Amino acid sequence: MKISRRRFIAGAVVASGLAAWWKYSSLFSGRSIPGEITGASSVAGHRLRERNFPAPARTLKHEIVIVGGGIAGLSAAYRLSKAGNHDFLLLEIEPEAGGNSSSGKNGVSAYPWGAHYVPLLTQESVVARQLFEEFGIIKGQDKNGLPVYDDFFLCADPHERLYMHGKWQDGMVPNSGISAETEAQYKRFFALMDSYKNLKGGDGKKAFAIPVDASSQDAKWLALDDLTMQEWMDSQGFVAEELRWYVNYCCRDDFGVTFQETSAWAGIHYFASRTGRAANAEMGAVLTWPEGNGWLAAKLGERVKGNLRSKAIVYKVSDHGKSVTVEYFDQGSNESVRIEAKAAILAVPRFVASRIVRSDRFALDANGFSYAPWAVANVTLDAMPSGRGAPLSWDNVAYRSPLLGYVVATHQVAQMHPTQTVLTYYWPLSHLAPAEARKEALARSYEEWQQSFVSELLALHPELKDHIRRVDVRLWGHAMIRPRKGFIWGSERRQALLQHPPLFMAHSDMSGISIFEEACTRGFRAAESALQWL
Amino acid sequence: MASVLLASVIVIATCGLIYELIAGTVASYLLGDSVTQFSTIIGCYLFAMGIGSWLSRYVSKNLVSFFVKVEILVGAIGGCSAALLFLLFEHIYSFRLLLYFIVGLIGVLVGIEIPLLLRILKDKLEFNDLVSRVLAFDYIGALFASILFPLLLIPYLGLVKTGFLFGMLNAGVALWVLYAIGDDAPLNRLHKFSAVLVMVGLTLGFVYSDSLMDAAESSTYQGHVIFSKSTPYQRIVITKAAHDIRLFLNGNLQFSSVDEYRYHEALVHPVLSAIRDPERVLIIGGGDGMALREVLKYPSVAAVTMVDLDPEMTRLFSSNEMLAGLNGKSLRSPKLTVVNRDAFVWLREHADAEETQRFDAVVIDLPDPSNYSIGKLYSLQFFKLLHAVMSDKGIAVVQSTSPLVARYSFWCVANTLRAAGFHTAPYHAYVPSFGEWGYVIAADHPYSPPLHYPEGMKYISPETAREMFHFPADMSQVETRIQRLDDQALVRYFDKEWSEYLVY
Repeated sequence: MKISRRRFIAGAVVASGLAAWWKYSSLFSGRSIPGEITGASSVAGHRLRERNFPAPARTLKHEIVIVGGGIAGLSAAYRLSKAGNHDFLLLEIEPEAGGNSSSGKNGVSAYPWGAHYVPLLTQESVVARQLFEEFGIIKGQDKNGLPVYDDFFLCADPHERLYMHGKWQDGMVPNSGISAETEAQYKRFFALMDSYKNLKGGDGKKAFAIPVDASSQDAKWLALDDLTMQEWMDSQGFVAEELRWYVNYCCRDDFGVTFQETSAWAGIHYFASRTGRAANAEMGAVLTWPEGNGWLAAKLGERVKGNLRSKAIVYKVSDHGKSVTVEYFDQGSNESVRIEAKAAILAVPRFVASRIVRSDRFALDANGFSYAPWAVANVTLDAMPSGRGAPLSWDNVAYRSPLLGYVVATHQVAQMHPTQTVLTYYWPLSHLAPAEARKEALARSYEEWQQSFVSELLALHPELKDHIRRVDVRLWGHAMIRPRKGFIWGSERRQALLQHPPLFMAHSDMSGISIFEEACTRGFRAAESALQWL
Repeated sequence: MASVLLASVIVIATCGLIYELIAGTVASYLLGDSVTQFSTIIGCYLFAMGIGSWLSRYVSKNLVSFFVKVEILVGAIGGCSAALLFLLFEHIYSFRLLLYFIVGLIGVLVGIEIPLLLRILKDKLEFNDLVSRVLAFDYIGALFASILFPLLLIPYLGLVKTGFLFGMLNAGVALWVLYAIGDDAPLNRLHKFSAVLVMVGLTLGFVYSDSLMDAAESSTYQGHVIFSKSTPYQRIVITKAAHDIRLFLNGNLQFSSVDEYRYHEALVHPVLSAIRDPERVLIIGGGDGMALREVLKYPSVAAVTMVDLDPEMTRLFSSNEMLAGLNGKSLRSPKLTVVNRDAFVWLREHADAEETQRFDAVVIDLPDPSNYSIGKLYSLQFFKLLHAVMSDKGIAVVQSTSPLVARYSFWCVANTLRAAGFHTAPYHAYVPSFGEWGYVIAADHPYSPPLHYPEGMKYISPETAREMFHFPADMSQVETRIQRLDDQALVRYFDKEWSEYLVY
C-alpha cells in the first residue's frame, strides 16, 4: 500500500496525539474483571424448603450427630473430641466448615468471607480463653495474671481510618470539621460507655458482659432492651449527627441492623462489654488474621477433620425421646443417609432448626428470630490503596456510605511493603426489611454486585482503576441474628434457651448477638450437656 | 531556495550550540567538576566539527540531499542526546566513553553543515556576501542558544525536553528544505518519510519526557537531580552539586557524600571495634554500601550478609561507577551476600539460626521511622527476633534518628530495645548534613566502648567516642512508650517531632 505523504503525516500526528491522550486520559476501561458470586448455599437451603430428597439409602450409627459446622458446631465437635468422645459426625451444608467464619485464599492472600476479628477476651469468656490458650493465641500470663497474647495476632497499627470531607482521618469517630457541641457529646457518650464497662448489678455481675448471659439480671439494665438504640440516644440528648452516624455504623457493623431497630441494651453492649485486658496490649485491642476468624475455624476443624461430612443437607431430625434419627442428603454422592444417634447437637440458626426438627414432645419455632442479609466482596488488587491523609489501615471506612468499608487482608503480614492485597468489603443490607433485602439481593446479577463494590472502591481510590484483578462476591441470606428491641431479654430468646434432650441447641442466635465468644460457648456447653445425657 | 537555506543557518547554529551545552551540562551534573567537563566537551565538540568540515570535501554530488540527510541525523541524535545520557548513566560502566562518543558524533555532523551550505549557495550569491551572511547568521544563532539555554530552556523545559525540542527544529529544517525543493523524486520521498519519522519520535519523546526526569522534582531538591527512579518500594533520587552527591529515599536525605564518613564511621566502628575478631556481619538496610565499606575495614570479617529490600539500591550502588566510587566498590566484595528481601520476613525465617550461622555484629541502617511500614522494623517484635541471629559476642547498632530534634523518637528506639531484652548504649554524633544524629547499641551483655579503632579514621577516635556517649541535658533520656506492631508509638513521636522542627 502506498501511503501518501499527507496521509502519512496526518496519521503520524494522530498517532502521537493518541499516544498523548492514552497517557493523560483515563477513558480506557470497561474491560471485565474476573470473579464469581457465591451464596451461603441458598440453592441447598431452598431445596431444604422443597424437601424432595430421596429416601435414605443406608443407615449409620453414632453416639452424637452435630448439625452445622460453623463456630458453634466446630466448638461442640472440638469439645467432644477433647473429652475423648470420637463417635460423632459433624454435618455441614457447605463444601467447607466455618460458617460465618469461613474464608478464602488466592495467590495474593487468604481473606475472610465473614467474621474477621475477636476483641481481647473478657474475664467471663472462659471457653474462648481455653481455646485461645490451646491455640497459642494466649501464650501465658504476666505477674498480674493478665494474658500475654501472641504479638503477631494483635491487630497491627494503624487500625482504623475514616474518609470524610475528601480526606482520610485517623480513627473511626468522625472528627473533621465537627462542632464544639458534637465534641462535647462525644466526650459525654464515651465517658458514659466507659463507666458502663465497670458497672455491676446487685447480683455482682457485670451489667454488659460477654457472653451475654453472664450479664447482670438487674431489671434496671434489662429495661434498656425495651428501647431502640435511637430512642435511648434521643432520651440522653445524644443528637449530634456525627455521633449518631458512628453509633448507627457500629450497630450495622456488629448486628447488621440500624440503630433505629437495634435494642438499646445490645447497642450499649457493643461499647460497654469489651473489657478484656492483656499484658501486652491496650484495652480495646483486637485479634485478627489475614483470613479473619477463618483462622480460628481452621484450628477448631483441624482436630475433628475425620468427623466432618461436608455438603450434607440435613433435612430431618426426629426426636424419639431417648434417641434421635438424623437424615441428610449428601450432595457429593447424591444419596440420602440416615444416622441413628443417642443425641444431636443442632448448631444451626433457629429458623433452620425449626424446619428440620420433628418431635411429639415439643415444638420448635423461630418466632421473633430475625436474621440480617449481608453482601461481602473480596477485591484482589495488584497495588495498594493509598489516599490523602491518614495511611492505609486495617479497617477503612467512608463516612455515610451504605457499605461498612473494607478490611485489608495483608495488614497482619510483617512485611514492610506488600505490593498486592485483598480487600474485604462488608455491606449489611440493612436498608430494607430482611425479606425484601434478600429478594432484592438475589435479583441482582453478579455484574451488578461487582459494579456496586467497584464503584464504591474507585470513588475512594481512583488510583486503583487499573489494579483490580478479581472481585468475588458472597451473599449471606441469613448472616446473623438481629438483636432488635426486646429480643435480648424477651421471652422468645428465653424460650430458645431451653434444651430438649436428646436434642441440644448451640448457636450464637441464642445469645442474640453473633460473635465468636458466644458461638464457641454455646458449642461447648451443648457438647457438655450431650455428654452428660449419654 | 537560497533564502530558505540562509534562514536555516540561524536554526542549525542554535541547535548545534544547544547540543554542546546540553552535553556539557549533563556531564557536569553526572560527573561533577564543571570546568573540566565543559572544557573537554567544548574541545571534543569543536574538534569533531573540524573533522566534519574536513570530511565535507568528500561529498561531491547531491549536496542538498546530503544536507537534508545530515539535518535528519543531527535532529535524531542531538535531540535524543540528553535523554540517552540520563537513561544510560545508571546502566553503563564507562559513562565518559558514551558521552564523548555522542558529543563527537554530533560534532562531526554539525561540522559538515556549514561548509556544505556554503557550497550549495556558492553559485547563488557573491562569495563575500555569502561568507559574511552565513557566518553572521551562524554567530547570531550561537548568541540565541547561549542566552536561551540558561534563562529559558533549563528552568522551564529542563535538559531532556530541550534536547527533544531542538532535535525537532533540525528535523523541521530538513522538511522545510525538502518542501522548498518541491521535487518528488524517490530519494526525496524517502527523506521526507524519515524526517517525519524522526519528528514524530521526538515529539513523543518531548511528551513522555516527564517520566524520564521529573521537572517538578528537580526544583524540590538542592543541586541537580542526576538520577531518579520509582521502584515498587520507594522513590530513589540522587542529586549532585559540585562535589556533593546526595541520596534521597522518598524525599528524605540518606547521605551527603561530603560528610557521610562521619555518619558511617560512627555507625559501624563503635560496634565492630568492640568485638574481638568479628567474623560474620549482618547489615539490615544500608543498600548504598557505605556501612559495608566501613565493615570491610576489619580483616577478620569473613562474611557479610546484607538484607535490603530494594534490589535497585544495591544494583545502582554496585554497578554505577560514580556511586560505587563512594562506597569503595564495597558491594562488589566477594565476602558479601546480598539478600533483597523484607528484613522482617527474613529475620522471622532465621529465628532458629544455628550457632554457626549467627552474626557477631548487626548494623541496622534503615530510613527513619517516618511511616507505619518502616516503623515495623523498629518494633519490639522485630528487635526480639534479633536475639536469635546474634552470636554470644554479638553486638547490634540501630540508627535512631536525631536525639536533638526528635528526642522522644530517639529514646523510644532505645527504650524499645531495652524492652526487647537488650543491654543498650545510646550515643550520638554530629553530621553536618543531618544535624545531631543518634544511634543505639544493643547486646546481650553490657557494652564498653573500644579503646582502639582501625587506622585511617577521619572522625571516630576514643576521644570522640567519649563525647558521643555523653548526652547533654537537651537530649538526655526520657521515658517513652514502646514501639509495638499493634501500637506504633514511635511513628507518632517521629511525625510530631519532625513536623514541629520543620515549622521554623
